[in-house]
Amino acid sequence: MQTTDVAPTVAALPSVREASRLRDILIHPLVLRIVSFAAVLGLWEYAGRIPLSAAFPTFLETLVGLRDIAADGSLGKAFLITLKPLLIGLSVSVVLGVGLGVLMGLHRPSEWLIAPIFIIAQAAPLAALIPVLTFAYGIGLTAKVLTVCIMAMPVIVLNTLGAVRNTPQSLLEMARSFLASRSQSIRHVILPSASPMIFSGLRLGSAAAFIGVILAELLITPTGIGDIISYNQSVADYPKMYAAILSIIVFAVLFIELLERIEVSLFRPEKRP
Amino acid sequence: MSVSHIAPAGTAAPPPAAGTAPRAIVEVRNVTKTYAGGVEALSGISLEFPEGRLTTLLGPSGCGKTTLLKIIAGLIPASGGQVLVDGREVKGPGQERSFVFQDFALMPWASVLRNVAFGLELRGVARSEREAVAERHIARVGLKGFEHKYPHELSGGMRQRVGLARALAVDSKVVMMDEPFSAVDEQTRRKFQEELLELVAKEGKTFLFVTHSIEEAVYVSDRIVLLSRRPSRVSAIIEPKIVRGDDPEKIRRDSAYLDAVEDIWQQLKRYLD
Ligand SMILES: Nc1ncnc2c1ncn2[C@@H]1O[C@H](COP(=O)(O)OP(=O)(O)OP(=O)(O)O)[C@@H](O)[C@H]1O
Ligand SMILES: [Mg+2]
Repeated sequence: MQTTDVAPTVAALPSVREASRLRDILIHPLVLRIVSFAAVLGLWEYAGRIPLSAAFPTFLETLVGLRDIAADGSLGKAFLITLKPLLIGLSVSVVLGVGLGVLMGLHRPSEWLIAPIFIIAQAAPLAALIPVLTFAYGIGLTAKVLTVCIMAMPVIVLNTLGAVRNTPQSLLEMARSFLASRSQSIRHVILPSASPMIFSGLRLGSAAAFIGVILAELLITPTGIGDIISYNQSVADYPKMYAAILSIIVFAVLFIELLERIEVSLFRPEKRP
Repeated sequence: MSVSHIAPAGTAAPPPAAGTAPRAIVEVRNVTKTYAGGVEALSGISLEFPEGRLTTLLGPSGCGKTTLLKIIAGLIPASGGQVLVDGREVKGPGQERSFVFQDFALMPWASVLRNVAFGLELRGVARSEREAVAERHIARVGLKGFEHKYPHELSGGMRQRVGLARALAVDSKVVMMDEPFSAVDEQTRRKFQEELLELVAKEGKTFLFVTHSIEEAVYVSDRIVLLSRRPSRVSAIIEPKIVRGDDPEKIRRDSAYLDAVEDIWQQLKRYLD
């Protein structure tokens, strides 16, 4: 009984091991991500070939368009122009947003005073606000920076507020029992404990900032990437138009990925591999 | 402030000598506590905690053991009465007291070393100095080699050892422990109890201990304070006269131990219905 029991197991072992190794490879995060990207791009290529619409190029056509606008330097120039209101607006939103969020998290009266503004801003339809912004601030950089801020700041502020409020009570008590001053509690307990949620607000805020800057460039005055999009749309050069859209999306994703790296390396030593 | 400044505090305490009554290092005088919302947790508690001994608070669930311990720790204010530690009235947490938390209260973003050194870090002790002290206490609770691990990499029992090492590292005269072993398994719990006895014998510190378990209370305590149901008062003080020899297992078969367990059980039974 025993010998017949053992024999098949031994024979089956290598193939079991191989199967589990194959499974390990298949569920590797990198493999899954590539599969996910490939599926989206494949679907895009397929939809472009049907064709879904005359105004919807295939993925490969878009790549050719991308090569063209990259080669003649227009893409690079456009990026520099678009990045200006984006980075100014995002920096202001991060500094002011995290600052206000922390302040409100630590101090209830300021929450009652300030939070409603951001709750309203979060719900307000931005496209409807843009005419008001241009009326007040003209069509220059200021209006675009403000558009970015209106998009990015609420989620940063509200996440930071929630993060600070969510500090575990027992950690605060622990710090107090070891004689932490208020400022030590903030620096050594509240901020580190809040940092994951603050950073998730920053990632969401950055994504919103990218949407905001492109909206501003499409709706206020066409500049930068927005200019490439609207110009090529008007001359029906759809591959270039989609190339510009694709490039800003890729840039946004890489930017947000970078933020995550910064967070782990600066604030989350326990998550470092 | 330097470590050497803190050091003499704990070591100066005389070892508990049989026969001579040690002075009361913690005095609780007619302390009452009514929580906002009207819950009356403590109604006139008067107690003394002798120096160099382990005194346990034992009582039905919800009777106010944690409340009393936190009032002594200076973490919450009493509604009436006063607490004296070393003859001085408690107005908040102090250097001569440290706390071991039921839920460990470790900072997940900090290594074992930083967690243990945290009390000293807050006191402004230089890094190399506080890490040397922390390493000594980490070794002492049996966690040598885990200095650079993070709390999520440790078992519950190991986490509580970190919490204990952190409380010992500040070398306070009084160590307060709120059900420190309730989140660990039975084997670990027994091991902890034995180690606690050793600690009390060696350190000359005063331990204030809270537990649900009658057996645990009798096993580790020099003195057991029974609290009545909420609003609680002191219902009895029991001093089990157990001879603690070299063999910790012997204690559990000692007749004084068994008698004390039975005696306390008879007294607590009436709070059960
Ligand atoms: N922050 C609070 N606000 C209002 N009531 C509270 C608060 N903390 C505790 N209580 C109440 O005070 C009473 C005593 O609570 P406490 O935590 O001191 O009991 P305990 O003896 O430690 O109980 P357990 O053995 O279950 O830990 C309970 O009835 C509890 O509901
Ligand atoms: Mg309790």
